Amino acid sequence: MSDMPRDLHDAPLDPNVKLDIEALLEGLEHYRPRRHGWTWRTQAPDQDLYEFSYRETSENVTNSIPLPAAHYFDNIDPQPDCVITTEIASGRPEDDIRRMRMAAWHGADHMMVIRTAGQSHIDGLLEGTPEGVGGIAVTRKQCRLTRRALDLIEDEVGRPINYHSYVSGVAGPEIAVMFAEEGVNGAHQDPQYNVLYRNINMYRSFVDSAVAKHVMAAAGILQIDGAHNANATAVKAWKVMPELLVQHAINCAYSVAVGMPKENIALSTVPPDAAPAPCMRMDLPYAIALRDLFGEYKMRAQENTRYMESDGRDATVSHVMNLMISRLTSADIQSTITPDEGRNVPWHYNNVAAVDTAKQSLVGMDGLREAVKIDRENPELKTRVREIKERAVLFLEAMLRDGGYFAGVEKAYFVDSGEYPETNDDGIARCSDGGVAEGTIVPRADDYMAPVCHHFGVNHLPEGYRGRAFGEAAPCDLIGGCTLCDDTKVPFTDELDPTDNAAMRLAQTAEQRERDLIKPEVEWAGDGIVAVTMFLPAAERVAEAAALELGKAMNLVDCEVIHKRVMHPAEGTLIELKGRLDVAIDPKTLVIPEPPEVLTDEEIRDFVHERNLRVVAATMGEDEHSVGMREIIDLKHGGLEKWSFSVTYLGTSVPVEKVLDAAIEHAASAVLISTIITHGDMHRIQMEKLADLAAEKGVRDKLLLIAGGTQVTDELARSWGMDAGFGRRTKGLDVASFIVKAMRERGR
Amino acid sequence: MVRPDTFNEVREHLADLSDEQLEARFWELSNQVVAPLVELARTHTSPSIERSVLMRMGIDSRTCMAVVVECEKRGLLGHGAGHVVYVCMQTWRCDAPEAARRLAEGDGWETVDAKWGGVR
Repeated sequence: MSDMPRDLHDAPLDPNVKLDIEALLEGLEHYRPRRHGWTWRTQAPDQDLYEFSYRETSENVTNSIPLPAAHYFDNIDPQPDCVITTEIASGRPEDDIRRMRMAAWHGADHMMVIRTAGQSHIDGLLEGTPEGVGGIAVTRKQCRLTRRALDLIEDEVGRPINYHSYVSGVAGPEIAVMFAEEGVNGAHQDPQYNVLYRNINMYRSFVDSAVAKHVMAAAGILQIDGAHNANATAVKAWKVMPELLVQHAINCAYSVAVGMPKENIALSTVPPDAAPAPCMRMDLPYAIALRDLFGEYKMRAQENTRYMESDGRDATVSHVMNLMISRLTSADIQSTITPDEGRNVPWHYNNVAAVDTAKQSLVGMDGLREAVKIDRENPELKTRVREIKERAVLFLEAMLRDGGYFAGVEKAYFVDSGEYPETNDDGIARCSDGGVAEGTIVPRADDYMAPVCHHFGVNHLPEGYRGRAFGEAAPCDLIGGCTLCDDTKVPFTDELDPTDNAAMRLAQTAEQRERDLIKPEVEWAGDGIVAVTMFLPAAERVAEAAALELGKAMNLVDCEVIHKRVMHPAEGTLIELKGRLDVAIDPKTLVIPEPPEVLTDEEIRDFVHERNLRVVAATMGEDEHSVGMREIIDLKHGGLEKWSFSVTYLGTSVPVEKVLDAAIEHAASAVLISTIITHGDMHRIQMEKLADLAAEKGVRDKLLLIAGGTQVTDELARSWGMDAGFGRRTKGLDVASFIVKAMRERGR
Repeated sequence: MVRPDTFNEVREHLADLSDEQLEARFWELSNQVVAPLVELARTHTSPSIERSVLMRMGIDSRTCMAVVVECEKRGLLGHGAGHVVYVCMQTWRCDAPEAARRLAEGDGWETVDAKWGGVR
């Protein structure tokens, strides 16, 4: 593949500015991908970050949102060694790319775009940007828009991002060519998926697949197989393990035979079980057997969906156990399933949640396998690993005796609920002379010829054009070059449907973007969907009905209970309700105080420690309110003591003179006074008196005078002689940051 | 067919294999399973494959569809839709997208039929 320079030069993204979707849709006919093929993370196997050492990380990114607790650790954001996948399925490419940007900031570098329902049965390519159901219509324009946005996003986060979709269905070879042309980096391709789950004719599926795989290989596209679907479909997922090995092997052996390098072939593997089964003990032997047999291939560790319900917490725990299996064995790509996939098409923030779960777990278990090793000699484990492999071999032997793969599918060998050789006669059976696109394959004639490169199979090219392998000209020299050799030959097709396209959809939300209006969303710009969590002291069915009424009372429309969990049959039920809120907020109408600039804990602590800083604090006058002041001071409230300020609190109703005398006596650097009651401008009087007296005593320059209270603002306090004022919702950190910054400015 | 778990009875011939031998057998059998599938693919084509050939010749998807539909109708798919376009390129001395465009509009099929003897 030739890496052509791009004709478009987009300005880099500004982290504080939203993606300009309209601009990205402009000029796509000139967009060309900057590279082809898959990219792994750059490994950094032994790196030190903050006070920690890591064994299984990759290079850091330049922009990201670290894990929630990172602020305790200098905001480090270690990136695991493996690629992390997020699956995006909004149905609208223009919304997908916004979600990709969010996921990339949390650590995803593999954007797997789900296709719309039904695309696998379309015998040909779709074009334009029609809206999909449960995924987007994969088209050339959609691929270009996505890849163009990802070029910008990968520059913003500072790490290459792989874009991935599906080379399945009856148009596999065409999709493979389009993906190769458009710089798609990874794709699912497994003819067994077509046969078993899409009922596409088995001959057609395998014939098409060989050509598709050969083209993918030429473009360096990483392939992921479809075996995980057997797990997701099986009646008893723990019985399907031998068959999973067989499905992986068929796709791997077939791919290699048609020219795909092993390092570009990844197995889609899932721990099949979930608690309350003792799932980790059951799944570990399978994970080991798989890695023993397929050591030359890549592992794409998927998370369990088979036993996923509507409970996000439950799904997350399952996934963390899956991640532990990844860490104890191996994973080249760690896929993530959103915790809401059991109840709806994933929402934006659940993509982020799943990516965070993977990053958190993988980093948390970094290097664990150095100390916690799998005991391969454990009798139960050893026996079971061997047994799964033997069962898979028995499956293959029997299928060959029965006439091979096609005969095996006709006899319902696959997705049976029995663990082979046990069968329950409930597998998926397909007829070789049935299914979608039956009767469409044709033998290649004696003069069959395709004057293009990277074409699999019999090809009677004229003498002298059999390609470089024969020391001859490339096949496409016959026609003056093919699109895989000459990027300028790649055509572009724009919208075919004047109404069902991204531009028309964007027009509907144009006002929202132009005026910067804020509407809640979970999937599409302006969808208005919100979720409300509530505990209702009622039995399950009553609670559900009550929740719908409560939703209406909250002005939500189209309310739906998306999750419920009984806390106790009589005492109550937890409900998660979704509904649409048709309200948009104009940010111009909002009064938003400027956030005070705060320093890091470490910066403050070092500064305070070096100077042994002392502070005197008091609640002034007749004021008996001391709660606010205590929150600013006390260690347990995250107050000044947290950073080792030595604080002398004089109590309430303290006269101004006493405060200043104490400040002088303790050699304090700052005086904090709290004034809450403001009758007769008491707060103003107190502040002015403090400032005047400090000047009189000759200590005004040595002291920072700080006033706080519910009615205090910084502006007012300064005008009354203070150095700073703090109002409602002030935290100790704000005051500490001010003290350090002010002292630095004054060179102390 | 419903069959109970006969694992312990039917595994006897595998019991003495080492792990390495078992794994080698697994791959030997897998390669045996796919060999006829690869041969089928090597010697057959399909409408999607032929459209993918035309795409590589620089032809847009709608034109690919029109040309391949006509090739199917005339029983020419087995010679290769790319081959059909190639023959017309030479006759008309034009590039592939232009030849395909004219074929999609109904031109030139008599030339094609003449070459392959009016298959249908």
